[in-house]
Amino acid sequence: MEIQVHDIRKTFDGTAAALDGISLTIRSGELLALLGPSGSGKTTLLRVIAGLEFPTGGSVLFDGDDASHRTVQERNVGFVFQHYALFRHMTVLDNVGFGLAARPRANRPAKAEIRRRAEELLALVQLQGLEHRSPAQLSGGQRQRVALARALAIEPTVLLLDEPFGALDAKVRKDLRRWLRQLHDRTGHTTVFVTHDQEEALELSDRVAIINQGRLEQIGTPSEAYLRPESAFVFDFLGSTNVLPVEVRDGRAFFAGCPVPVADGIEAGDGHYTLQARPCDMMLAVDRQGPGLGGIAEMVRVSLGRVRVDMKVGGLARPIELELPMKGEGWRELQPGQSLRVRIDRYHLFAAP
Amino acid sequence: MRLSAPPHPTTPGLRRVSPVTERPATRWLLVVTALVFLLFFLLMPLAAVFVEALRMGIGPYFAALVDPDAIAAIKLTLLVAAISVPLNLIFGLCAAWSIAKFQFKGKSLLVTLIDLPFSVSPVIAGLIYVLLFGSSGWFGPWLAGHDIQIVFAVPGIVLATIFVTLPFVARELIPVMQQSGTDDEEAALSLGASGWRTFLKVTLPNIKWGLLYGVLLCNARAMGEFGAVSVVSGHIRSFTNTMPLHVEILYNEYNFAAAFAVASLLAVLALVTLVLKTCLEARGGPGVSSSGRP
Repeated sequence: MEIQVHDIRKTFDGTAAALDGISLTIRSGELLALLGPSGSGKTTLLRVIAGLEFPTGGSVLFDGDDASHRTVQERNVGFVFQHYALFRHMTVLDNVGFGLAARPRANRPAKAEIRRRAEELLALVQLQGLEHRSPAQLSGGQRQRVALARALAIEPTVLLLDEPFGALDAKVRKDLRRWLRQLHDRTGHTTVFVTHDQEEALELSDRVAIINQGRLEQIGTPSEAYLRPESAFVFDFLGSTNVLPVEVRDGRAFFAGCPVPVADGIEAGDGHYTLQARPCDMMLAVDRQGPGLGGIAEMVRVSLGRVRVDMKVGGLARPIELELPMKGEGWRELQPGQSLRVRIDRYHLFAAP
Repeated sequence: MRLSAPPHPTTPGLRRVSPVTERPATRWLLVVTALVFLLFFLLMPLAAVFVEALRMGIGPYFAALVDPDAIAAIKLTLLVAAISVPLNLIFGLCAAWSIAKFQFKGKSLLVTLIDLPFSVSPVIAGLIYVLLFGSSGWFGPWLAGHDIQIVFAVPGIVLATIFVTLPFVARELIPVMQQSGTDDEEAALSLGASGWRTFLKVTLPNIKWGLLYGVLLCNARAMGEFGAVSVVSGHIRSFTNTMPLHVEILYNEYNFAAAFAVASLLAVLALVTLVLKTCLEARGGPGVSSSGRP
């Protein structure tokens, strides 16, 4: 099922637009992440696709058919809620069978058939033996999988997950993430999930749609989004960055009048830019007197597998963050208060705001 | 992993109670004061009802209960409860649903209005209907012209009872419904269930205990209401006397044993309500009875 979202707008009473003209296509069979900070409108978009929210403008197309006026029941989507919304007075088995039992009499399967299908799905989500538990007796990860099985039971055209791992602890998150990817590869459902966790989106999805303030910033594969960000927001959102206002003259970048040493020549035309570079893409210049962006080390910390250094640079409000590989040279004798120089291996230039 | 602290020796001379725990004498005083109040204002009157009712023996007790006027009063009380409780159930569900599940203009006004019967004296509640439907009331002439009797008849008693018991179900359901949110309903709808099926299979089970609790309290009040009913009843024996009114009449006639016999039925109703209420609270967990009831 291919889903096209066309120029969706949504305003809630008396607030700024939650969705401000979003258009994107969800390809059949793909696993798409809607990624954005909280309040960006990503959950609203998911609910609009599901039919749980009706947009102020724009349309949603299912395989080319306009579904904008279909109710949530008619859309036949599998929706997994952030807090699972399991029916607490029903057993796990009845929860999973609910969608089939709720069908109109004409195409409702027989009781035994519903039961068989529910058991099959519980096996798929590896919850055999828990059929007769009530949701309250399950762990968070198990509830999540019941919610998933319940959504899959109606053979949905698309599976929509709202912050699927939001309420779980870190360890369970990782396991479930891997497991969901495998499940998706096995069942091939078109799947959209909402997350504010960059790592989750990049690791799990086929493509990522990055949303900010109700607008689509970029849509592409994780590596496209990470390596070729189209906006300063995307670059900044996908991992922390150092921001340096620079002026480009004749293929060279200058910060506060001093040349900024970058690995390759700069291709941008003359003008003012924002240079952004990730902490791991900045290296200590071995020669402390040679060319480099100079500053004073404020903090030196050994972290997991790397060394973190904050470097105070005159004229910048925030210190420049560095992440140095532990194997590298030069950091062992580094002390707070020392002056140091760095060069920038990888960077992105965005037009100055 | 067990997180229990290892046993360690207590240092002698240290107070082993928390700082907010009162001294034994203070605690004792608090408990005794509460118990004395309970004894004098609740238990003694309750006991007195049964003692007085059985003073003449078991024979006169039952004679008082099967007296035709008493039977009529019991029947009328049951009838009034049977009409007003279901109507309040419907009203309570609608009001709680609209308040808890969606936004609309005048919502806070509705919430305030629901509480009105709690803050208005029952006598006023009765008078309202006399003023509206009495022979010299607003609709009095029209009603008389169509030969419809509301005040000093059963319809008036039912109206007054509904007014007085209006808040019970709604008050009980609003917090339960607000707490459960709309996720469950949305989940049911997204799974293809119709609105009606969603209500029956998802919403209703979620609010079941709160609903029963509200109905129970509503019923107790409907059967025991005196003030409002007294104003609109007209006290016509065998026709417009409910049990509380019947008790009053018997008492005013110095027929104490009979008065207390009927009163003992109301007391039993109260005790049964209390037991059921406790059961429901145990069953329904913290969600039930979280409302601030006066």
